[in-house]
Amino acid sequence: MPEMTCKELVELVTAYFEDALPADERLRFERHVGVCSGCSTYVEQMRQTITLVGGLREEDVSPAAEQHLLQAFRGWKRDGS
Amino acid sequence: MGSDGSDGDGAHGAPETDEARLIASLLRGDEAAFMRLVEQYQAAMVRLAQVYVRDRAVAEEVAQDAWVAVLKSLRQFEGRSSFKTWLFHILVNAARTRSQRERRSVPFSALAPDADGLLGDEPSVAPGRFRPAGEPSAGGWITLPQPWDDQPEASADSRETREHIAAAIGRLPANQQSVIRLRDIEGYSADDVCQMLGISDGNQRVLLHRARSRVRQALESYFAED
Repeated sequence: MPEMTCKELVELVTAYFEDALPADERLRFERHVGVCSGCSTYVEQMRQTITLVGGLREEDVSPAAEQHLLQAFRGWKRDGS
Repeated sequence: MGSDGSDGDGAHGAPETDEARLIASLLRGDEAAFMRLVEQYQAAMVRLAQVYVRDRAVAEEVAQDAWVAVLKSLRQFEGRSSFKTWLFHILVNAARTRSQRERRSVPFSALAPDADGLLGDEPSVAPGRFRPAGEPSAGGWITLPQPWDDQPEASADSRETREHIAAAIGRLPANQQSVIRLRDIEGYSADDVCQMLGISDGNQRVLLHRARSRVRQALESYFAED
């Protein structure tokens, strides 16, 4: 089995995180990251990206939207659909 | 009663039981139950609708239409999917239909073939960053990625960083955006997202990978500017 290259590895990071790589592929991935500082930085950046994207979560339902929905619910109830 | 409380939806006990109870409450016309659901899902629904229809007011209308559609077919809900995947599935369809109507004349639309975000070869990293074939160490980094150190944690709260990330996500094709939002912002599982968007597991992963890779690229350029 040939060594995984850096160029190949960057395509497999999500599959690796999702545990979707076949066992041998996973082994090649881990073996490569273990000896390649560039790829280990890259994998870490992908993790940081996921964390940072997760930070965008906000809860902000406008009161007007809530009112509209409540009215829609009452309308549905009234029509007995 | 199950008490692991680990599904992150704030629900306890077996999901089927909870969902059956929930549907029953809605059918009884329980307003409080409905408003709890709104509180739980509405913000995420509006954000997701905005992938397809940019305008916030239109996205709110789409979300409302989705709720109404859900209520109307509530009696037919058979629990083959979970309530939330059903809800989001209806929302995404409503948003797509709406964008179809609104963007008919716009050249780049969520309907362009690449709205899929699956077409073509889209390298995660610019090919120029790797040694070309035929050279020693072909496929290896030419210049190594530079660690971001503690920057991300430190800047996670910075408004500027958040704006950059939001803008990078906003530039993604619609389906990549939907997937990264649902997975990494809203925190839904891969299975849930496949059902919500009606896509295969493999496509879900490709879309997520492309989306994350592009956002990483954007962050790399942004952190390099400082």
